[in-house]
Amino acid sequence: MGERIIELRDIKKSYGQVYALGGVNLSVDRGEVVGLIGDNGAGKSTLIKILSGVVKPTSGEILVRDKPVTGWSAARSRDAGIETVFQDRALAVQQTIVRNIFMGRELTSFMGWLKVDKEIEEASRLMREIGFTSKVFTPHSIVGQLSGGERQGVAIARAIYKQAELIILDEPTTALSLTETAKVFHFVRQVRASGRSILFIGHNIHHVFDIADRFVVLDRGKVALAADRNEVKSAEDLINFMEDVAHPGGLPGLHEDAEQGAQ
Amino acid sequence: MSKAMEPDLQTPLGTASGKAAKGPAKEWSHPSNHWLRGFVIDNRASLGTLAVFIVMMAVFMIANPTVFTTWYLYSSVLTTLPVALFVVVPLVFVVTCGEIDLSFPATMGFASWVFALVVQAGYDPFIGIAAALVTGTLLGFLVGSLVVYGGLSSLIATLGMNFLLRGLIQIINEGRSTALTGLADSSAYKIFSSQVWGIPVQIFWAIAFVVFSALLYNRHRFGAQVKVVGDNPDSARQMGIDVKWVRVKVFVFVGIGAAIAGTFSVMINFTWWPTAGDGYLLPVLASVFVGGTPTWGGIGTVVGGAIGAVTVSFIQTGVVAAGLSGFYVQFFNGLIIILSLLGHKWNQARYR
Repeated sequence: MGERIIELRDIKKSYGQVYALGGVNLSVDRGEVVGLIGDNGAGKSTLIKILSGVVKPTSGEILVRDKPVTGWSAARSRDAGIETVFQDRALAVQQTIVRNIFMGRELTSFMGWLKVDKEIEEASRLMREIGFTSKVFTPHSIVGQLSGGERQGVAIARAIYKQAELIILDEPTTALSLTETAKVFHFVRQVRASGRSILFIGHNIHHVFDIADRFVVLDRGKVALAADRNEVKSAEDLINFMEDVAHPGGLPGLHEDAEQGAQ
Repeated sequence: MSKAMEPDLQTPLGTASGKAAKGPAKEWSHPSNHWLRGFVIDNRASLGTLAVFIVMMAVFMIANPTVFTTWYLYSSVLTTLPVALFVVVPLVFVVTCGEIDLSFPATMGFASWVFALVVQAGYDPFIGIAAALVTGTLLGFLVGSLVVYGGLSSLIATLGMNFLLRGLIQIINEGRSTALTGLADSSAYKIFSSQVWGIPVQIFWAIAFVVFSALLYNRHRFGAQVKVVGDNPDSARQMGIDVKWVRVKVFVFVGIGAAIAGTFSVMINFTWWPTAGDGYLLPVLASVFVGGTPTWGGIGTVVGGAIGAVTVSFIQTGVVAAGLSGFYVQFFNGLIIILSLLGHKWNQARYR
């Protein structure tokens, strides 16, 4: 712990006259799970794109392991060990788990022939590392047979195989049931235990509260709250805070609605 | 998994209750470790095709048992089947990649034309074969680039290329065929088109091609990337696969296969016709889908495609041998295709 994987300082991003991000500070240390919360349009996706190097910030500073980086790009982001796992369309569902993990980086011997045994061995090791154990599935199982949470596991294992230090999970539990969410959380905890970091992005404040060590709340392109786990007593505190941010005057009856929505 | 994955979001899973419930975790065990069951599950598409073939042959044999004991029947199928196999197998790759190629008949005609020209000019047939392979590769690259970099529908673009190339052949040759009388004495003919123990030797080359391609499909980076691109091109691109180049390569593979097929068909007949390859379009396409490769891309089976080709080529011979008139051939063609598709639909789940 302690080592700072990446730090964003005063990142601004504008599209023409519109500010998507207006001076955001964000850092992720080794072995921690940072929860990023924010409403639609708060700037979450812009922030992810900047972290993964797809979008360049208008201004601001990016530090990798406390060293300022110039010429931030997708390649630089990969070199820094940052991998993004998108919720849907990330896997080839008619292929086996092995083929998905080694997609684009097949283990080959001479002339491009696959090292089949080596791939299975590596896949088993990766799946064990994230705590994916099963009596039903083998590395040869088709990804389409897996549940939503288990598919997230395959995507996470693939990111780990890419030597990822920081895995960005973009809404990994949005479409999942409680059981499936528990599986994803299990994988996330295993990844943290292995000394890697996770940026967990979610709509569901309860989910983010349960898994994260630290919270960052984005609102209209600004960090509205950055707090450690021990500074926030409950998910309800976080929800109340979010409501105050969204509607500073307070709206009667809104509290109950939001609570139900978050369940 | 069910016991270990209780919906308890607070306690870390796999520590206290999770591990204890499972005991020493035996990871990655198959539901049935019996090798036969695993083999059937992994190869059910091609096994289904084999079942269709066996049932069809059984019906023919019951109708007229004596004809099916004569060797001539099989010998005639074994002469023409290899030509089809050389294009059916690459087409399995194309369909798996989510594309289709209807231009292979013209490529067969074009490449074998080059072969005929080189041989007619007095060069060794081996040089002719090399020239045909180069022609097939270039035409495959041309068609593939048109579809991929031109962003065209492969169905329509390759149909257009089929007419275009065939038209070029017809314009230049004005319907004239080329007889290659000296071919029978060449060593190339002995290697590629003679008979060993009464069996046409080209079937051995075709089997070698099928085995090589099946390995390419299942045990090579090329096959792996073709499947992933056909399955989910967005994901493949995101993972650093050059999706466009993979797509071009499958068309090049068809070009090479078509060149081999065209050359073999000329060597069997000692004559090149301007229509060479034309008759293969529909039987070859039918073979791919009868073989158990679905239309939607991502999965397929090379061995199944080969069995499909055997099935389709036995329909005509079998119908006639069973004592039915030639008018029944088309009906049986259709029947086999429809029955196979129904079987595969029941046999294959499509995952999304």
